[in-house]
Amino acid sequence: MSLHRSSLQPAVHAGDHTAGAADAPVTLVEYGDFQCPHCARAHPVVQEIQRRMGDRLRFVFRNFPLTEVHPFAGHAAEASESVAERAGSAAYWAMNHQLFAHQADSSRALADRHLAEYAATSGASGEEVLADIAAGRFTERVASDFMSGVKSGVNGTPTFFIHGERFDGNWGDVDEFAAALEDAASSPEAAR
Amino acid sequence: MHEFRGAPLILAFYPADWSPVCGDQMTLYNQVLPEFRRLRATILGISVDGAWCHSAFSSQRNLHFPLLADFEPKGATAQAYGVYRAHEGTTERALFVIDAEGIIRWSYVSPVGVNPGADGILQALEALGTPPGAPATTDGKGKAR
Repeated sequence: MSLHRSSLQPAVHAGDHTAGAADAPVTLVEYGDFQCPHCARAHPVVQEIQRRMGDRLRFVFRNFPLTEVHPFAGHAAEASESVAERAGSAAYWAMNHQLFAHQADSSRALADRHLAEYAATSGASGEEVLADIAAGRFTERVASDFMSGVKSGVNGTPTFFIHGERFDGNWGDVDEFAAALEDAASSPEAAR
Repeated sequence: MHEFRGAPLILAFYPADWSPVCGDQMTLYNQVLPEFRRLRATILGISVDGAWCHSAFSSQRNLHFPLLADFEPKGATAQAYGVYRAHEGTTERALFVIDAEGIIRWSYVSPVGVNPGADGILQALEALGTPPGAPATTDGKGKAR
């Protein structure tokens, strides 16, 4: 049987959505799907860890929409990309939060007209975001995120990488997750 | 298996239908299907669940590739591949990449609780060097049987 290890590729780059200090001792990368309930459950866990670790954590979010089971996830990801390009990083993170916060409001909470509302709340133009979706401006970007996830060993959503290695522990337990990140932060030489 | 000769085949043993996460292994492979097809590969999922169970699971997850039922005699196929867990009565989480001539070129057994993802499969398919582009001769359409 072959040896096999899953690690992040490509490494975090300028095109990624990042939050936190660029020189933070640990980087956490999430591959997520805005219609995935587990990702919505992970969202406040990540926020809590960001609060605890402050500048010692850099967080990166990449798209991994499972559109065969989550029909709204593709447009939601494209909407977030549109917000980022049109209104900047702060607006992107506001949109990321809006999408997870509203995901379970109804079965159509991520339908296009609601995406426009969340985009407007996040500081972008809802109409422009919908036009971008209709034109497919960000489909390639989202597909590229998805394939990078597949090649990195993403095995479902959410999948997290710490220092570029897939984290197979329990992200649902904030203390366990934070401890893994603290360990990684104190051994930055392990960074790859 | 000889009917799949002529193009790469991915055989994915997994413990059971209905694992309680949305990004489960078969859902992932379903989403990666276009990439498998670009590499001319056909994928088959296989577990000890019965055909009707597979049919319901496949329909609910919108799967576009077949699931095989290693149901009677139970686990016989898994045993032939050396990946049956007799104690649990399920298969391992095991992946096989079989080339166009029917030779196993790559295999991997994941810890049973860890979904292995698709990266190893893609690396193995790329290593086969099958020219991408043309669709596989067997396109994998169909339901549980």
